[in-house]
Amino acid sequence: MWDFVKLAVLGVVAVLAAYAANQAHDLAYLVHALIFMAAAGIAFLYTLRNFGEERVVETGYMDKVIRYGVIATVFWGLIGFFMGVFIASQLAFPWLNFEWAQGYLNFGRLRPLHTSAVIFAFGGSALIATSFYVVQRTSAARLWGGNLAWFVFWGYQLFIVLAATGYVLGATQSKEYAEPEWYTDLWLTIVWVAYLAVFMGTLYNRKEKHIYVANWFYLSFIVTIAMLHIINNLAIPVSIFGSKSVQLFSGVQDAMTQWWYGHNAVGFFLTAGFLGMMYYFVPKQAERPVYSYKLSIIHFWALIFLYIWAGPHHLHYTALPDWASTLGMVFSIMLWMPSWGGMINGLMTLSGAWDKLRTDPIIRMMVVSVAFYGMSTFEGPMMSIRAVNSLSHYTDWTIGHVHSGALGWNGMITFGALYFLVPKLWKRERLYSLSLVSLHFWLATIGIVLYASSMWVSGIMEGLMWREVDAQGFLVNSFADVVAAKWPMNVARATGGLFYLTGAVVMAYNLWMTVKRSPAAAEAPAAAPAE
Amino acid sequence: MDHYSLLREFADSWFLLLMFSFFLGLVVWVFRPGASSHQEEAAEIPFRHEDKPACEPAPAAFANDVKEARQ
Repeated sequence: MWDFVKLAVLGVVAVLAAYAANQAHDLAYLVHALIFMAAAGIAFLYTLRNFGEERVVETGYMDKVIRYGVIATVFWGLIGFFMGVFIASQLAFPWLNFEWAQGYLNFGRLRPLHTSAVIFAFGGSALIATSFYVVQRTSAARLWGGNLAWFVFWGYQLFIVLAATGYVLGATQSKEYAEPEWYTDLWLTIVWVAYLAVFMGTLYNRKEKHIYVANWFYLSFIVTIAMLHIINNLAIPVSIFGSKSVQLFSGVQDAMTQWWYGHNAVGFFLTAGFLGMMYYFVPKQAERPVYSYKLSIIHFWALIFLYIWAGPHHLHYTALPDWASTLGMVFSIMLWMPSWGGMINGLMTLSGAWDKLRTDPIIRMMVVSVAFYGMSTFEGPMMSIRAVNSLSHYTDWTIGHVHSGALGWNGMITFGALYFLVPKLWKRERLYSLSLVSLHFWLATIGIVLYASSMWVSGIMEGLMWREVDAQGFLVNSFADVVAAKWPMNVARATGGLFYLTGAVVMAYNLWMTVKRSPAAAEAPAAAPAE
Repeated sequence: MDHYSLLREFADSWFLLLMFSFFLGLVVWVFRPGASSHQEEAAEIPFRHEDKPACEPAPAAFANDVKEARQ
């Protein structure tokens, strides 16, 4: 019966998508309708081929979807890092904005592709995969909802493909980190509700009395992103057969909603979600419980209470009322406390096991990641102070700050989690090569250092050159002077990105060989002799 | 009073107080006497069910056995 319903729904969706493709007003909508049609068609055929098959009730952990998630994470990571290196090179060498691809592959079109590929495709796939892994292990229960987890995985991948093709074809709301147009947003909403249901259902079925702290962070990430996504994307489509939509809010309200969204995308997607990873994978890799469970609870609630107010610091010296931007600044500075509390908690988990830093490159990666969390959450509040912001805003300093957080904190903790997960998920005894992990660690770290330091120099130089006035009060430098002066820093930045990308390629090779070559893990771990 | 001013006044008085006292209450709750043993137990959760889910919750009799065994 259920199969009949599925076939009917998928068939109707495919036909409607075909009709929409025929009626499309613009290229992006046409391509997206065709992608929808293809996705529904493939799902239809898959359901048909497995029609009426006996369903085995499985009882173990649901790991196959996590394996797919791990593969997607590595794949999107490579794409996203490559896009980053490419657009950084476009800034340094403008001829890379090829004449034949104008309007499709120039910097303006590829920049959102890079940001979304690393944040939502790489980071999002990592968050979905690790949250499914962690929630099962810490609840001692199988994922709730049967194949719903598969819908979440494939639905999210479809969202990524729609978003990415949309940027290249010019379907964008022009909202930072919220560029996808209305139907892509609606699709993500459906997927996200399913994600919440799977996660909550598993928590509900848990066999542990207590909900482990990592799940609190993951849950706050899922719930808050749902809220942010819906409110920031309130828009009316111009036509149901076109990709263009008009925002419901206008002017300063729209700007404030956007940066309330934008900063909390950082706070809850890139921070809370990844802290969930930290609270599970750091203790696992260090083989000791988190330093202070009390601190982790306070960390969670303080972070939740403060982050949501920090958005206005993106709009200093704009039409936003002064009180609002002061509020944003004050809350950003208060965020120092929970952020550093969390960092201390993560780092001190290693207390008594610091020797592992010498022998275990994965722990080294995690520790550097948490250290970068501390550094970027120090830098962020500082930059939110109005006087500092007047120098740093609109310059490369901001971009350097974002990347020390994204490459250092999010990237490194994800790499650590991937190195932890792959042998477990594919039942391998160990990783293919620890020295390759070490190589990856150094490539990535040197890459970040090159990137962040060149952006500091470039950003502060830009800020100072833009505000420099002569004795008569005239501006000294033209904008083009500043662009020319940035050239060496842009080259250094692209080089840093290249290091980071190379590290990720090394990781992909290492993980591939782990699955292919590493000896299989023993079926049941041999009982340890009593000492 | 218009909507905005009303909400604004509520937000920076009663609701602020509510949130702040919730947070303070939480901190007190975290440091309540006897919390440490619960928290240490919770911190061990990641090390328990690595490979397969727990079986159905232990029947009451079994739980009592465990309690007795611990004492």
